[in-house]
Amino acid sequence: MTLLWYAATAWIFLSGVRGLTRSRNLVQAVGCLAVAQSSTYVLLLGIGYRSGATAPVFGDMAPGSRPVVDPVVQALALTDVVVGATVTALLLALVIQIRKRHGTVDPDELTGLCG
Amino acid sequence: MRLSAAPAPWSDPAVLLPLGIAVPLLGAAFMAAAGRHMPRVVMDALTTALTAVTVVDLVLLWRLTGSGTVSAFMGGWSMRRGESVGIVLAADRAGSGMALLVALLVLAVIVYSWRYFDEPPRSHRGTFPALLLLFEAGMTGFSLTGDLFDAFVFFELMGTAAVALTGFRVEDPRPVQGALIFGVINALAAYGALLGIGLLYARTGELGMAQIGARIAEQSQAHTGSRAPVVVAFVLVSTAFLVKAAIAPFHFWLADAHAVAPTPVCMLLSGVMVELGGYGVARVYETVFSGPGGVPHAVFTGMMVTIGLLTGVVGALMCWQQRHLKRLLAFSSLAHSGLFLVGLGLLSPDGSAGALLWIAGHAGVKAALFAVTGMLLDRHGSVDELGLHGRGRDLPAAGVLFALGGLALAGLPPFGTALGKALTEEAAAERQAWLPVVFVLVSALTGGAVLRAALRVFAGAGECPPSEGAGPETTGEGEEPEVRDPRRPVPRPMQAVAWLLLAGSAVIGLVPALAERIARGGAQVTDRLGYLGSVFGTAGHGAGPAEAPAAGWTTSGVLLDLLSALLAAALAAGAVYRPERARALSAPVAPLRRLHSGHLGDYVVWWGVGVAALLAWVTLAR
Repeated sequence: MTLLWYAATAWIFLSGVRGLTRSRNLVQAVGCLAVAQSSTYVLLLGIGYRSGATAPVFGDMAPGSRPVVDPVVQALALTDVVVGATVTALLLALVIQIRKRHGTVDPDELTGLCG
Repeated sequence: MRLSAAPAPWSDPAVLLPLGIAVPLLGAAFMAAAGRHMPRVVMDALTTALTAVTVVDLVLLWRLTGSGTVSAFMGGWSMRRGESVGIVLAADRAGSGMALLVALLVLAVIVYSWRYFDEPPRSHRGTFPALLLLFEAGMTGFSLTGDLFDAFVFFELMGTAAVALTGFRVEDPRPVQGALIFGVINALAAYGALLGIGLLYARTGELGMAQIGARIAEQSQAHTGSRAPVVVAFVLVSTAFLVKAAIAPFHFWLADAHAVAPTPVCMLLSGVMVELGGYGVARVYETVFSGPGGVPHAVFTGMMVTIGLLTGVVGALMCWQQRHLKRLLAFSSLAHSGLFLVGLGLLSPDGSAGALLWIAGHAGVKAALFAVTGMLLDRHGSVDELGLHGRGRDLPAAGVLFALGGLALAGLPPFGTALGKALTEEAAAERQAWLPVVFVLVSALTGGAVLRAALRVFAGAGECPPSEGAGPETTGEGEEPEVRDPRRPVPRPMQAVAWLLLAGSAVIGLVPALAERIARGGAQVTDRLGYLGSVFGTAGHGAGPAEAPAAGWTTSGVLLDLLSALLAAALAAGAVYRPERARALSAPVAPLRRLHSGHLGDYVVWWGVGVAALLAWVTLAR
């Protein structure tokens, strides 16, 4: 079961990387980056998961009365979401600007920087 | 040393450590919100004051680290019986030194850009200082954190701020393209690092670097837990920092980003951000992976020396071929970053001390060279070596500065670059006697390329070779000037900053007491037990690392330095006065140039190839 989590993580991450290498559209490339990132959510949640446990919110239950899932990974995943949203937004803004200045979003046609 | 009585605020790491990150971070938020409501003079003065406060704070912290690592848990979540869920900040001479270097360079950049940019539109007035301060907070945070997940967050913070700064002039076609490549590659590498950090958390239940390291060692002694997650995590985390350090084959983004970023941003990217990557690799390896159950020292050293040398050679060859001045300087940073990694990867106090001195000296020199390039761009709207042929004659002082910078880059004593290079060479020669040869050749080629440009641009020497259209090439023509009126005289602050930066590099080489203090960081960065002891609160009082590494000039070191400076001058003269021979030499390098295609997909493939190669190396070499 644990191995399945890791396998899924690797599969999602590598799908994103594969998409990045073959993409002909920068919007799609940024999307592929987001796919690669989403593998980190899967990994983090998989690490903290305990079967039969509940959410680590102690509003209506006494601490120690029931097993809870690891709250640390949820904090990590939340930080990860914020980081990912910032990066994706910034990169998409750059893609818009590339479309305006170069008239294309195909990486194959962007040849201004080489050698 | 923590005394029983509460220490004064100026000698309390629990105050100084967080302030080094909080001041620029809060300053950035304030500038972004309030920048548009204040006149530019007030905004510049305020930004300068905030950075100066950070510098003072980090100087105090740096002084405090002379006898070992200092650390502080945030929010009062301190260690109890060897366990804590808190987040720890920790600084030794090396970490606080990197943070101090960041703050000094940011201060220089802010003064440099007082008169640099156009008057920005009113609604965006606070954006540039806010981004600079955010960038600074990311870099100081990365140097001072003792927590691996926080290292990832600060890594992303500095990456994102750097991407935004690279693409700051959004109306230009090239910067947005370079910034996108930079952003995608860095983000991909960072997500890989996060996967690695997740694996380490799954394995050890800890996020602090010292805590993970201690737990891996415990589990190894108890023979529990498999080794695979540790190896994969090592490769993924190291790769992210190697991308930042622009180590081959992860280096492709660097030249594209540096060539297009605004000049003040280039000064920071080349001067200190790239070097932070190398520091991160050494720091994380020492604290997390160097104990029992981690990655053996011999494997790590072999790997770092190999890829460091590869980067040095690739960077030097590419640097020599460039005519776009910023790109030329970018490839020189890349070459030097590789050599720094060799010094740090040796894992010896002497090698690390040499690398740290070299990094400090290089930061001043490289920032000064970029500052002069900014003056050229300011005056002539071009950074093309051939197009500017002889046109720099009206800036004689800048020409002298540029040539001196080239010689310092090649390793002319008494600059800090020369001292660091000599010490690193000596440490490297203990491993392989031929390593100094590579150091001398790489330094000579990069310094020689700068000298060649100085001769052509500022002295108008030699024939102007025809700009041939064959092969992949990025010329420096058609760059947008970054100022409104190119005919004004070069502003005084820009000139003063350039000279001060170069002088700072010379001071490191000339003042033995300063060099000796920086070199002590080399002993501390390799002192795993000292770092762990500080975080766990079990450090023996006064039991610092055995001895500070030697940081003086030696005869053989000075001779090798002079040799590479002479070689650089000879190469430059040869290229300028015998251009046809120099051109014959460039044919074999053409395939290497074609690899630098500027294509996003290609760079991602190279990243994947690099990760796979490192993974295979660590797995097979044990």
